[in-house]
Amino acid sequence: MSGHEAPSLLLDDEQKMLSRTAGKLIRERAPAARIRTFRNDEDRVGFSRELWKEMADLGWIGLQIPEAYEGMGLGFFDLCVVLEQSGRELMPEPFVSTLLLGTQALLLGGSEAQKRSLLPGVAAGELVLSVAYDEPSTPPSSRRSAVVAERSGDGFELSGERAQVLDAHVADRVMVLAATSEGGSTLFLVDPARAEVSVTRQYRVDGLNAAIVGFDRLSVEADDIVGALDGGSSLLEAVLDRAAVGLAAQMLGASEQAFADTLAFLKEREQFDVPIGSFQALQHRTVSIFTEIALTRSVVLAAARAIDEKPAEVPRLASLAKSLASETFMLSAKEAIQMHGGIGVTDEHDIGFYLKRAQAAYMTFGKPSLHRQRWAELHNY
Amino acid sequence: MSVLEAFRQEARAWIRENAPRSLWGTSGSGPFEGYFGGSKCKESDPDLLLWRDRGIEKGWTAPSWPTEYGGAGSSRAEEDVIHAEMKAIGVPRPVAGQGLAMFGPVLLEYGTHAQKLRHLPRIARGEVRWCQGYSEPNAGSDLANLQLKAERDGDWYVLNGQKIWTSHAHLSDWIYCLVRTDSSAPKKQMGISVMLADLETPGITVRRIDLISGYSPFCETFFEDVRVPAANLVGEENEGWTIAKSILGHERSSIGRSIARQPGSAQREVVARARKHLGITEGAITDPLLRDEIAALGMREEAFHFMLARIQQSAESGTPGPEGSVTKIVGSELKQRRYELGMQVAGMQGLGWEGPGFDDEDLQYTREWLRSRATTIEGGSSEIQRNIVSKRVLGLPEGKK
Repeated sequence: MSGHEAPSLLLDDEQKMLSRTAGKLIRERAPAARIRTFRNDEDRVGFSRELWKEMADLGWIGLQIPEAYEGMGLGFFDLCVVLEQSGRELMPEPFVSTLLLGTQALLLGGSEAQKRSLLPGVAAGELVLSVAYDEPSTPPSSRRSAVVAERSGDGFELSGERAQVLDAHVADRVMVLAATSEGGSTLFLVDPARAEVSVTRQYRVDGLNAAIVGFDRLSVEADDIVGALDGGSSLLEAVLDRAAVGLAAQMLGASEQAFADTLAFLKEREQFDVPIGSFQALQHRTVSIFTEIALTRSVVLAAARAIDEKPAEVPRLASLAKSLASETFMLSAKEAIQMHGGIGVTDEHDIGFYLKRAQAAYMTFGKPSLHRQRWAELHNY
Repeated sequence: MSVLEAFRQEARAWIRENAPRSLWGTSGSGPFEGYFGGSKCKESDPDLLLWRDRGIEKGWTAPSWPTEYGGAGSSRAEEDVIHAEMKAIGVPRPVAGQGLAMFGPVLLEYGTHAQKLRHLPRIARGEVRWCQGYSEPNAGSDLANLQLKAERDGDWYVLNGQKIWTSHAHLSDWIYCLVRTDSSAPKKQMGISVMLADLETPGITVRRIDLISGYSPFCETFFEDVRVPAANLVGEENEGWTIAKSILGHERSSIGRSIARQPGSAQREVVARARKHLGITEGAITDPLLRDEIAALGMREEAFHFMLARIQQSAESGTPGPEGSVTKIVGSELKQRRYELGMQVAGMQGLGWEGPGFDDEDLQYTREWLRSRATTIEGGSSEIQRNIVSKRVLGLPEGKK
């Protein structure tokens, strides 16, 4: 922490109200059990467009989008309040793809024309955006052939493919990072409906939706560049920092819900004629999860606050929040299953979905070991 | 500018003007570092004494105590500001110790006017040093099992028994103890009282205890037919357990906070030791696995600071609640981790006890590593803290211990 003044880590009255209202609606309308339903029904979308639209009508999807683009003009901190609640029930709606990747890329690098044409649609819950990039920890040997942009006249031609592009199966626009020079890459905004783009849906363990997106000499113009030519990597780094914090907020919510479910189970489940929550062996582990969640809540709020108020601190705090939230969610999910006992490993019970999401979130936007390495570099050791 | 902000500017100006330069940067400004005072104090640093005197005159040794008891009558928020401003430039509080941090607040809450008038001003002036007597050989985690007996005899109580872990008893003037005033009470938490005793009273013997780290401030204190005036009872007879719990709450949160020190200091310390003992290769600590563990420590340290800040921001009153248990658990474990890593990066140079072949810094560090094993035991072990959180925060049913 630099300086002696910690940022405010509390929710104000309006944010508390938002948290309660969003939590209630999500609990009632979007329980985690939907993950099973979408999977078993082989749902083509994999989430509820109606619910997404409804949340947009309540102002929640466009919370952080400036008023000039028909959003609410609030901060990233406010967005995290909703993200936390969405995480509690593992919502598969396109928070990560559209709000944490696409919208942040536009806000940080988009041209006025790009923002004007897309952000109002996002805020209205009508447009789904996605960003195709390689996870920073993906080893080069196992990367899909990178997307390459070759100059062609005034523009470029994109070829190659990227896998696990979140929500690309229904995305209205995809931003793809492509190599534009030796060592330089650029973010391009493309329409996946174009004939030169192929989209192959993928099915993941955690219930989030993704696709392999292929490009076969897709021609793009200079106007399609998001940010600067050859400036894609640094733009993406800033986007991924924000995305990591937003995902950490979701992980915080998910950790809390898995913990709350487990706590309730410990009080209700009886063995040896007493509630199993009276066993010290379980009590102490339960407290450990509780303390990890308290630490994680503090860093997530601090990182979210930094995005709005202290941009220089964002890389450090994003790595901190992502790292801690990943470990906490994993702990909370693993212990939840263990403490639920046999029922915890059945598909019939929802708690298993928390472990699956924990693994996916752990690996997304840099796993903790990568963030610790970055943290050490940022602290010059 | 808010009223508090205006106060902050005043406090900052006064502290920077009055704190002797030689003290700047010497302290984490916790309640247990600096000048402890008392009749046995041999402190001779003139700047420390000057700072003490200026602090006393200003009432800022105990800012939030009423002026008639030696304080400045400040609000709690103002007191926090004063301490934060001292911490900001690393000067110690003008007077430190148990009396100010633990006993004073208890007496303010539970003592009579006469008791306050007698004891508090002398604490605030650093004239009388206090130690605490809670634990006994058979009352550690199960503190309510304490047996030190106080029997009423007219205007006196007669004390017989033993206290242990009475930190700094050999340097203190007075002790505040938990004693058993009713051995036949139906529950052992009943029948406990808080008693004050002048350590010069005949029948009191103090013996020092060495720890695995060597010299320590811990003592055992024995009571054999010790007669103390009945006026030394604090609060109601047999209702001391409530006071004890309040003291322990203060202690927990204070231990957690005292571990916090300056944000980033644990990481800086271990990194410095890693530079010294392992070296740097291309900008990175040479051992990549230890580097990763140091990063994990640094992250946890920062998270702990944010958690403390959040707790402080959300505290509606000054009474520490169960969150003190959480900060104690996390803070003490963090401290141990820091010393473990500091020892790992030192390798063989961490193995010195004394003498040639080891530098003072490393010798000192090794002692502190050993000392750190006690942080998860003292002030209520981590296991006891987990019991408290389990019951009071999570609402889990009590079972067999």
